[in-house]
Amino acid sequence: MTETSLYVLQQLINGLTIGSTYALIAIGYTMVYGIIGMINFAHGEVYMIGTYTAFITIIGLFTMGVSSLPVVLLLALMTAIIISSTYGYAIERVAYRPLRGGPRLIPLITAIGMSIFLQNYIRLAQGSRDLAMPALISGGIEFGDPDVFEVSLSWMQLIIWGVTLASMTALALFISRSRLGRACRACAQDLKMANLLGIDTNRIIALTFVIGAALAAIAGVMLGLYYGTINPYIGFMAGLKAFTAAVLGGIGSIPGAMLGGLILGITEAMTAAFFPSEYKDVVAFSLLVLILLFRPTGLLGKPEVEKV
Amino acid sequence: MHRAIFPALFAAGVTFLLTCLVVGIRLEQEGASLTVVGADAETWGWIAFAVIGVFLVQLLQQPLQRLRQRLPTADITGLLPNEMLLHRLKPWLIALVVSGLLVWPFMVSRGAVDLATLTLIYVMLGLGLNIVVGFAGLLDLGYVAFYAVGAYTYALLSEYYGLSFWMSLPLAGLLAAVFGCLLGFPVLRLRGDYLAIVTLGFGEIIRILLNNWTSLTGGPNGIGGIDKPSLFGLEFSRRASEGSQTFHEFFDIDYSSGHKVIFLYLVAVLLVLLTIYIINRIQRMPLGRAWEALREDEIACRSLGLNPTVIKLSAFTLGASFAGFAGCFFAARQGFISPESFTFIESAIILAIVVLGGMGSQMGVICAAIAMTILPELAREFQEYRMLMFGGVMVLMMLWRPQGLLPMKRPHLELKTS
Repeated sequence: MTETSLYVLQQLINGLTIGSTYALIAIGYTMVYGIIGMINFAHGEVYMIGTYTAFITIIGLFTMGVSSLPVVLLLALMTAIIISSTYGYAIERVAYRPLRGGPRLIPLITAIGMSIFLQNYIRLAQGSRDLAMPALISGGIEFGDPDVFEVSLSWMQLIIWGVTLASMTALALFISRSRLGRACRACAQDLKMANLLGIDTNRIIALTFVIGAALAAIAGVMLGLYYGTINPYIGFMAGLKAFTAAVLGGIGSIPGAMLGGLILGITEAMTAAFFPSEYKDVVAFSLLVLILLFRPTGLLGKPEVEKV
Repeated sequence: MHRAIFPALFAAGVTFLLTCLVVGIRLEQEGASLTVVGADAETWGWIAFAVIGVFLVQLLQQPLQRLRQRLPTADITGLLPNEMLLHRLKPWLIALVVSGLLVWPFMVSRGAVDLATLTLIYVMLGLGLNIVVGFAGLLDLGYVAFYAVGAYTYALLSEYYGLSFWMSLPLAGLLAAVFGCLLGFPVLRLRGDYLAIVTLGFGEIIRILLNNWTSLTGGPNGIGGIDKPSLFGLEFSRRASEGSQTFHEFFDIDYSSGHKVIFLYLVAVLLVLLTIYIINRIQRMPLGRAWEALREDEIACRSLGLNPTVIKLSAFTLGASFAGFAGCFFAARQGFISPESFTFIESAIILAIVVLGGMGSQMGVICAAIAMTILPELAREFQEYRMLMFGGVMVLMMLWRPQGLLPMKRPHLELKTS
């Protein structure tokens, strides 16, 4: 293989890694949008809080003398999921539920306020500088021609793929098989009708926020370990990217969010490969604008009929 | 009350989970290694306070509500002057406020005038965004992009072509309007919340471009040494540049750097008054009526033969042009601009001004802009908490008074009963 094709392969691997975490965060946007039709702008901050919780748990466990890496990672993942889900639940309960049914702009503005609030809450509690953690999982597989270009696939990347795949499968099974999943689908189709038929819609809406937050926390733990540095501002960009991914795939559609995340991740990695890497954000947003122009419903979304 | 105990316990548990880990334990970076430190007793005290507070409020929710219903509510409508009287006094009131604005700076310190100038910039931005968000109901989260376009237009024109502030001002407005039109044309077909995100993305694109186009904009270092405005060719510097005269030489007075500050303030007052006048006029034109009608019901507007795209685009373009003017003035006042002044937070602050003041209400926007710039200056020791309170107030405001502090009043007739 030539150098270029190996290089492209490497970027593809990196793109898939980032893309799968975007997809995890995007599901939170898409599920909330599918049911109550609002953009949960504070979702990126929930992801950021997940990352912080994971870091605190990992370092805390190491300090306490727990040295088995799998145990530490599993506990960190669980703590992050619990804390982030609580945040997701609390945000919905405090900031969005009282406003439900009002004009569309109002909850969006509340969400922006919530996002700024949470960002600064963490900044005040944990400081605003970058925190760096040495890599816990190093090494990986290397292949390709050592003389031309060596493609590396780290264990961390493989773990991210595996965890993403597992969470997506679990979510798909939950949505399609379980009672609560059926109730979720019913609410997405028609909230009022579902309520009339005896589904506790408030509970289902809270559940979507919790599921979204849990997936964002998983993505947070993975990306936190992958990059190794965190600061209180990472949620904003990640949230924006994940939202782009959700729109790309068709907002309201869960498979769409997965597809959109992967496409966005790969596009970004390819842009970073051939242009200065600062422009990858520009490309991501331009992609968003283009998609909305030519296919406002996204790749897998259904057109929305406006009723009078 | 025993029925409220489980929800109360649940709420207290949620509060504990929210605070225990991220507030109660702190990550500390020491060289390459990261350590955790338990927070001090005071912080844990606050956490306990929050948990118990939430528990008690939830537990006593019903008695508290009953108590609140029994409280008498004050009727303040009687305190306001008669509407007819108010109408007759209006021109005099306006004259009083304007003359006060013009005389005031000569009596206070330089810092106060400088702060007032900054406030006026925010008033202008708030009024501009009010057209887009308040009148037309289009949520624009990238408004700061047009502000940046205006600022960089003047900075670049003055650096490369030596154009003066007064020459650049209309150009900056025009260019910002062109950008508004270019962005608006494709995206205005989108529904409200999509529009918000696309404009947010656009704002980020502009900032990233300014940050990375180093050869033209100087990148993160920005552009410095931007000329200050002049009064009919009279400069406000100590020494005149070639072929021109300075203000203090012309009037034969001693040089004082205060002149420049007051002059900038007066220019800002002029621009704000002009903005208020123009927007007031447009609001009463068919175009202004169409904006509000479109905000209320797009389908009804379409069926009455209004073209939503053209109407939305006009709101977007006009709003953008005011941001362009404000940006141009901002560049002139600062003398130095960099992409750091045009981040998303700036957009959020301008949006908060519009929302807090009451969408669509000019008086409300002006008051909110004044409050948003003056309050942080007064509460300097709370500087740390400024953005936290800002986000919190935005949420609480929407929950408590979604229509804003001074909501817009429409002319209406009332049937007098009695």
